[in-house]
Amino acid sequence: MSCVLGPDNILHDTLLFRVIYDFVGHLLPCWLSYIVAGGVIMMLLVNGVLMGAGLFSWVERRLIGRFHNRIGPNRWGPFGMLQPMADVVKLIFKEDLTPAGADRIVFMIVPVAMLAPVVLMMAVVPFAKDTALANLNVGVLYVLAVTSITSVAIFMAGWASNNRYAMFGASRGVAILISYEVPVVMSLLGVVLVAGSMSMADVVSAQTIPFLLVQPLAFFVFFVGTSAELNRTPFDLAEAESEIIAGYHIEYSGVKFALIQAAEFGAVLTSSAVMVTLFLSGWSGPLSSYLGWVWFLMKIGVLAFVFSWVRATFPRLRIDQLLAFAWKFLLPISIINLFATALEVYFLRDGAGTLDTTDLWIMAGINFGVAFGSLLIFGTLIKEKVRPARPITGVTLSSIEVS
Amino acid sequence: MYGIAMAKGLLVTLKNMTKKPFTVQYPEERVKQHPRFRGEEFVWYEERCTGCASCAKYCPLGIIKIVTKPSETAPAQGDKYKLELFDISINRCMFCGLCVEACPYDALFMGSGFEQGQYSRKKMVIDIDHLRQADKHPSTFFRPQLEDSGYDPRGGRPLHWQEVGRESWQWHQREKAGMNIARPVPSDLLSDDPQVDSSFVEDSEVATPPPSTTTEEAE
Repeated sequence: MSCVLGPDNILHDTLLFRVIYDFVGHLLPCWLSYIVAGGVIMMLLVNGVLMGAGLFSWVERRLIGRFHNRIGPNRWGPFGMLQPMADVVKLIFKEDLTPAGADRIVFMIVPVAMLAPVVLMMAVVPFAKDTALANLNVGVLYVLAVTSITSVAIFMAGWASNNRYAMFGASRGVAILISYEVPVVMSLLGVVLVAGSMSMADVVSAQTIPFLLVQPLAFFVFFVGTSAELNRTPFDLAEAESEIIAGYHIEYSGVKFALIQAAEFGAVLTSSAVMVTLFLSGWSGPLSSYLGWVWFLMKIGVLAFVFSWVRATFPRLRIDQLLAFAWKFLLPISIINLFATALEVYFLRDGAGTLDTTDLWIMAGINFGVAFGSLLIFGTLIKEKVRPARPITGVTLSSIEVS
Repeated sequence: MYGIAMAKGLLVTLKNMTKKPFTVQYPEERVKQHPRFRGEEFVWYEERCTGCASCAKYCPLGIIKIVTKPSETAPAQGDKYKLELFDISINRCMFCGLCVEACPYDALFMGSGFEQGQYSRKKMVIDIDHLRQADKHPSTFFRPQLEDSGYDPRGGRPLHWQEVGRESWQWHQREKAGMNIARPVPSDLLSDDPQVDSSFVEDSEVATPPPSTTTEEAE
């Protein structure tokens, strides 16, 4: 009893799935082995993301400790490596509180709704050659659609908590997410134009040189926009500890809080994975048919380091600076990038509509010039907006004195 | 331009990352502790203590309790009060060191430790047995003769009462220049101990033989 996956099946291109499917197919009926193989890969993905989130929480704390001239967590396990385990055990044994007047069902759904898009995002990311769970032909669109669920989850958290700080955090978070979604999508359009496909696997195979060089402006916009969508430190208004305590997850404790934190740390990794796939040529590198996953993980590590580095460096922005940065700085330069890329692709492509490596190098040269110029112009233009607010003049205490 | 300061900031943090961390991993490593540190394990030498209760009188918080009873033999024969209670309630102690400054016989020293956490308030009271049995690592606070000898309370060995020396008369004259207080130095070091360090003997030799004010009081 052997089962064969038809070439029309959406999972036919997935090497890992086919191997498991063939192996299980000898023991089980075909429909069951299809489900079992999918379940195994899902287990791998979900647990991989959760373990990675735990590991990254330790790595980031160590790194930020080093940036602050501290050591960071180092007591439990070698180099403090078991610290995430201690954190999880602590959080599991904490009381699981639900505030009075909370919308109980929505309140319970939120941690899952936060974690789900993070895991779902990994479904289309190829770890190595032919190893994505699903090689969707609209992979980029899928990633963008799935990440937008987070804004709903954040608003659900803020609404269901029956807490004003949570509501403040949620409305800030949604404002940030909606604003930064636009430049992020615009920047990805440039990548899709150059690659000529929305499938993640095709984008990787199109990168004979990494798109970081071909699309520097798009990478910059995508990086900044993603770190805003992840609520990372320069843009972490939605969960600003010093202003609104913890924002939308103020009322969460115990396992729910652990899940939300896992979602936040895991989101950094999955966003890094998407960025590696789209801009850093994914799994390709020397010996990529065997060591593709090593290159992939190494590139994720580099990007995660940059995320921690940025977090350790910058102070939090004000909300008006944040939105001005999205609409007046990132959006114009992403539009410039999109137009420049469209013109270059139009003039450089050959008869079959493809670009070879020489064309990509030419585009890289032009785009670096465009990137520098537009950053210079819009950086000067936005300078006024991000200055500290002027003190109010003309109003003295005596004028509002009670008579 | 907008981004240049940001790039500079990133460089600053990257430079700091390569530096050695300031953190001292406390139970394994310790910062160097000054010998004059006023720790909470009070060092008390029973051989020197006469039970005069100067420390209890000078304590601004009143947390030292001393109960004495008359000695069996006559004070004229060199005996002193017998101490029944010497309680220091260190849960309210602020470690000002006034009790140490007040002690006329150099019997009480500040300690050098700080790891005396307890789970109940009753255990925060150091009683006379605790004071007798504790390791004597006296702090050099208000004891210049000890500091001059180069004793390090954290690193050095426990000191016997004959080794800690007395405040020198010269030092008092230097400190209280002009006050001209004729205070005799009761030097019990001169009595009969050959083990005394040479560094301390110098002080005792300078001290004039006591004109026996203590015995006068006793009479």
